[in-house]
Amino acid sequence: MMADTHVDENGLVLAADGTPLKQSLARALRAQKIRALLLIAPLLLFVTISFVLPIGEMLMRSVQNTAGTEYVPDLLPNVVEEVQEWDPASGEMPPEPVYRALAQDLATAFENRNHTQLGRRFNYESAGMSSIFRKSGRRVSNWDIETDGPFREKFLDIDEDWGDIEYWATIKANSGYYTTSYFLAAFDAQRTSEGIAMKDPDQRIYSKLMIRTIWLSFLITFCTFALGYPVAWLLADLPTKSANLLLILVLLPFWTSLLVRTSAWKILLQQQGVINDFWIALGFTERMSLINNQLGVVIAMTHILLPFMILPLYSVMKTIPPSYLRAAKSLGATNTVAFIRVYFPQTTPGIGAGSLLVFILAVGYFITPELVGGADGTFISNRIYYQFSSSGNWGLAAALGTIMLVVVLLLYYIYDKLVGVDNVKLG
Amino acid sequence: MSRENSNDAFVEFEHVQKSYDGVQLVVKDLNLAMPRGEFLTMLGPSGSGKTTCLMMLAGFETATHGEIKLDGKPINNIPPHKRGIGMVFQNYALFPHMTIAENLAFPLEVRKLGKSEREEKVKRALDMVQMGDFGGRRPAQLSGGQQQRVALARALVFEPELVLMDEPLGALDKQLREHMQFEITNLAHQLGITTVYVTHDQTEALTMSDRVAVFDDGRIQQLAAPDTLYEAPENSFVAQFIGENNTFEGTVKEINNGLAVVELDDGEVIDCTPVNVSKPGERTLISIRPERVEIDKGRLKEGSHTLKAEVLEFIYMGDIFRTRLRVAGRDDFIIKTRNAPDQVRLKPGQQIEIGWLPEDCRALDA
Repeated sequence: MMADTHVDENGLVLAADGTPLKQSLARALRAQKIRALLLIAPLLLFVTISFVLPIGEMLMRSVQNTAGTEYVPDLLPNVVEEVQEWDPASGEMPPEPVYRALAQDLATAFENRNHTQLGRRFNYESAGMSSIFRKSGRRVSNWDIETDGPFREKFLDIDEDWGDIEYWATIKANSGYYTTSYFLAAFDAQRTSEGIAMKDPDQRIYSKLMIRTIWLSFLITFCTFALGYPVAWLLADLPTKSANLLLILVLLPFWTSLLVRTSAWKILLQQQGVINDFWIALGFTERMSLINNQLGVVIAMTHILLPFMILPLYSVMKTIPPSYLRAAKSLGATNTVAFIRVYFPQTTPGIGAGSLLVFILAVGYFITPELVGGADGTFISNRIYYQFSSSGNWGLAAALGTIMLVVVLLLYYIYDKLVGVDNVKLG
Repeated sequence: MSRENSNDAFVEFEHVQKSYDGVQLVVKDLNLAMPRGEFLTMLGPSGSGKTTCLMMLAGFETATHGEIKLDGKPINNIPPHKRGIGMVFQNYALFPHMTIAENLAFPLEVRKLGKSEREEKVKRALDMVQMGDFGGRRPAQLSGGQQQRVALARALVFEPELVLMDEPLGALDKQLREHMQFEITNLAHQLGITTVYVTHDQTEALTMSDRVAVFDDGRIQQLAAPDTLYEAPENSFVAQFIGENNTFEGTVKEINNGLAVVELDDGEVIDCTPVNVSKPGERTLISIRPERVEIDKGRLKEGSHTLKAEVLEFIYMGDIFRTRLRVAGRDDFIIKTRNAPDQVRLKPGQQIEIGWLPEDCRALDA
């Protein structure tokens, strides 16, 4: 330590005025820090509102047990309490107090116009429950809870499905504020009176879609790599002037609407399209199915995502001086060996960045699979959209979205372990 | 310019021309012959064609015309990896994803040497440049000087007979550069390898080389040993490019007995050694080295030419004094004197008399 630094009894370095140096430094930097924080505040606010909050909302929705805007146990408080006494495994119908509680809760729900929402909520779990709730609402509102009992027979009069043990098992299983049933559904499982079981193989759609989405995304990533690598290399090797021109050609798709590009592929690839016409003109008799299947999705998405592979590759290759390849050759390596041993390993950060980018974009892609995917080329996102907009099952849509988020994070983690995210270069 | 017998030349350029765009020649008619074991430096300003010549020799550029021979065999159509020429690059070009030992093993691996032989050669090469303990490190973990040594070791590890160096010391600081100059020349002579060294640093060229080829405008202006180059430049480009130089413009009056009488533009008449002036009436550029000017009348040799001068500036530089004078109408005349105990220290405004021998005063092309 230099002789002119001041140190207090605890060994802390002191500033010239006797205050601890750390404190002194923090004070000097405070104004700077506040200014920096103010500058990024609008962005921070925007990201929080448009990104962090919706994701939080999605995570919550995937486990919240709600019907419309209310929690199920808030709508059926008495039923929830009474049904705990009943065991679906006993094989008997619930006892009278449960039906009485149902009459009470349904009457309140009908008053508040909530009974159909409740029905829809339970219908996600067991098809057919929507109608019995809808049917019962008005009738129950006319009953007097005190005098009109017993209610079991009255409910069975309205619809004998009120005696179905599976339905009551569903109500009991979903009587809490939080539920795992959306996640079970997202994994093609369901809760029965015997516990959790997989759905029938022909009803398992989500796991199939999930695997297809990931597999096709891998395939698309590989295709963009195989096509993009030579292009990026050419770009990096050309003199700046011609490289810039080529780069504009690479970027051109960015300036065209995604919808237009996808529609263009439809025109090119369809049965009576340009490519098939050319194929027939070559003398072949059978037209190829190039679209409305997985092949169409891979072709169109490879084209659309290609720039996301080329740009990171190009930016990495640009930083590799040509002298490395020259050095390798002067040391006796053939062109091939020089490429494999010296050039290629140095481009791995670019390959990593491009692959990660393309894969993550592909996994969540919606428009292209929707338009050119047909029956067997749709992605999980198309199903999420369906649950969200047509079926109205936001909980399931949220659960599927959460699973996709976890899968991507998991892949990112594995990638980090294998390659190291620090090695990724985007530009 | 080569006067060597081309039969024992190891590296040979014969009428080599190079053009990149088909419009301009970057290298115009290059002729050069190097005997085995020589350390030759290509020196010149940037754009003079020296690096292009090196790249043609390495095989990264093809000659537009003419022939390049290595050990008597034409190599124009041999790809770089088959030429077996070691090369040290300006930025070292050490492969960043390999350790130092892997970098050195690379040329041995592509030559399919066995593992134990490889390891032994790598170790020997690293020891040769005092980098034996660094085999496991990556290039980014080494300092510039250390990377330079490794690059040198890598170029030598496969025992090439010819090594090319493209401004290898350009990125080092002065002290390290001087040390490496010494090490490189030592190694080259010790191993008996033939070296072609490209630089734009004239001190480097003079201190390291057996011979220096001064490049300008796509031609070799002079190919000679360092002392000849410095003391007997053949034209005004070489005189001005190498070392410091005082010049006067003038006209040749007469030439006889190996002496040229030149009338300077301000009327002063002096005797010079004619270099590339041939007849009276020609314009000429007179060149005198600053350290060949004598200011002490008592030490002036017989036959010296003397002139009056006025001291304008005295600069103390430690080992030498640098004095700026007004001489024969020019006020940028520099003299250098050694900082010896009895040396006079001139003061601005002082009127003195300076002199030099006609041998040190060379009449060159204008």
